[in-house]
Amino acid sequence: MKLNRKDVEHVALLSRLELSEQDLDKYTGQLDAILEYIDVLNQVDTSGVEPMAHVLDIRNVMRPDVVQPSLPREAALMNAPEPENGFFKVPKIVE
Amino acid sequence: MDLFRLKAHELHEKLTRREVSAVEITQSVLARTDKTDTVIRSFITRTQDAALAKAKTVDEKIARGEAVSPLAGIPGALKDNMCTNGIKTTCASKMLANFIPPYDATVTEKLAAADAVIVGKTNLDEFAMGSSTENSGFFTTRNPWDTDRVPGGSSGGSGAAVAAGEAIWSLGSDTGGSIRLPAAYCGIVGLKPTYGRVSRYGLVAYASSLDQIGPFARDVRDCATVLGVIGGYDRRDSTSIHSPVLDYTKNLGVGVKGLKIGLPREYFVAGMQPDVESAIRRSIDELVAMGAELVEVSMPNTKYALATYYLIATAEASSNLGRYDGVGFGHRGEGNDIVSMYKRSRAEGFGPEVQRRIMLGTYALSSGYYDAYYLKALKVRTLIKQDFDRVFEKVDVLIAPTAPTTAFKVGEKIEDPLAMYLMDVCTIPINLAGVPALSLPCGFADGLPVGMQIIGPHLSEEKILQVAYTFEQAHDYHKQMAPIREVD
Repeated sequence: MKLNRKDVEHVALLSRLELSEQDLDKYTGQLDAILEYIDVLNQVDTSGVEPMAHVLDIRNVMRPDVVQPSLPREAALMNAPEPENGFFKVPKIVE
Repeated sequence: MDLFRLKAHELHEKLTRREVSAVEITQSVLARTDKTDTVIRSFITRTQDAALAKAKTVDEKIARGEAVSPLAGIPGALKDNMCTNGIKTTCASKMLANFIPPYDATVTEKLAAADAVIVGKTNLDEFAMGSSTENSGFFTTRNPWDTDRVPGGSSGGSGAAVAAGEAIWSLGSDTGGSIRLPAAYCGIVGLKPTYGRVSRYGLVAYASSLDQIGPFARDVRDCATVLGVIGGYDRRDSTSIHSPVLDYTKNLGVGVKGLKIGLPREYFVAGMQPDVESAIRRSIDELVAMGAELVEVSMPNTKYALATYYLIATAEASSNLGRYDGVGFGHRGEGNDIVSMYKRSRAEGFGPEVQRRIMLGTYALSSGYYDAYYLKALKVRTLIKQDFDRVFEKVDVLIAPTAPTTAFKVGEKIEDPLAMYLMDVCTIPINLAGVPALSLPCGFADGLPVGMQIIGPHLSEEKILQVAYTFEQAHDYHKQMAPIREVD
């Protein structure tokens, strides 16, 4: 076993996903099988190999700091599930 | 005459000779879609009125004697993960079922500037995660060649629409094969350009270091035309490439004499369907008969590509999809505190494959596992890229199957994620290396199309299209359209 039900519970919390007991069982089996497969990477000797996060050799792309039109407030709020008085409404965060 | 059966370049000629109008072309495609899409189900959203209005403006331009672009008045479709101002963009997810972008993707803008007619937004595996469209949060698209089968994915709606005559061309996005697989399964041409050739601004992100937009078309010339319209540097995508966009249609006929074709033996995987393999090998022999030279090559790290991909892509996805929190846009679930609201929103909004990939990526990035999984994958990615660098010192292009099998049946693999992932074994290494690759029809196996993949070095789209064109013109696969059992 690469990971157990407890690991999946932890990952689900980190992922902000509410899972049913049934989902937990299903995902544990499936993720375990996938990780089992991924184990093939341990056959590869990567000592001295640089990691590659990106295929293009780009670092900090700079451009002049020029004021451009931005999204109007109405457009920014147009898709909000619960807008109120020009704001995004969320449940209470601070105790 | 059935205008929907013609290619964009044929329609463009008829338009400029004033033999037909853009409105007539658009009406033909829309009427075809009315008839076929109840069965094929390529579209999530259709935009008939806007399409006809755009066609009318093209007809007016032509009537005034103005020159028009090769895509002007030619109906096409966009995968529903590309933003369209004022038109729903759902990513085939319940999360974004009602999302109406307040802006256009760069490709949407470029197509509008070229006066292309957009007939709708096509179905996909939710957030482009999948190989069949069965992971769509709404419905499964059917393969026009056999409606019991999948069209491939994730851009299955865009592939099926072009194959069924519901669009003349379309756009898809390709993170691990999502353009090339549907192109192969649906018997059409699909190109994944070099990473950065086409701006990703306004493409809903899945795995940002791998995602790339590209065209589907019914022949190589049309594919080249669409790439010419959508390619180019964009200041809003800092990973887009500063390199001139060519007229990719200009030198299509140069032939393959003296061309060095590499045959990577690792792409002929165990378990490959024998008649798929024989179709590919026969096609390579034909290219050799036309003057190309064949070189057997080895890319030893190919067998690690799938595992590498499923760590890198899911890690990037887990981060990219963090934005769906039920606050700014998208589905919102009930919850008394913020964390329960997040958890409920995401559990209700995302389907199982998306949840699975978010969790896998989160796990690979989590404390204690980062080095063993994510960092390890980034190092293996370097080795995979080096395989490509090494072979392209010796050969001009590589030829390989696009997929190990022809289109599989709906339901066949949906319960086994790993079996589904294996469909992408020949396409995934290309995304990891960031190089361009095209799939084109090269025969049939038991009545289903077989796709051949042509892979080239960084920014070699012109060369790839030339090789594809040479092969295509010696056959008539591009002249055959899927006979839809229920309709034709």
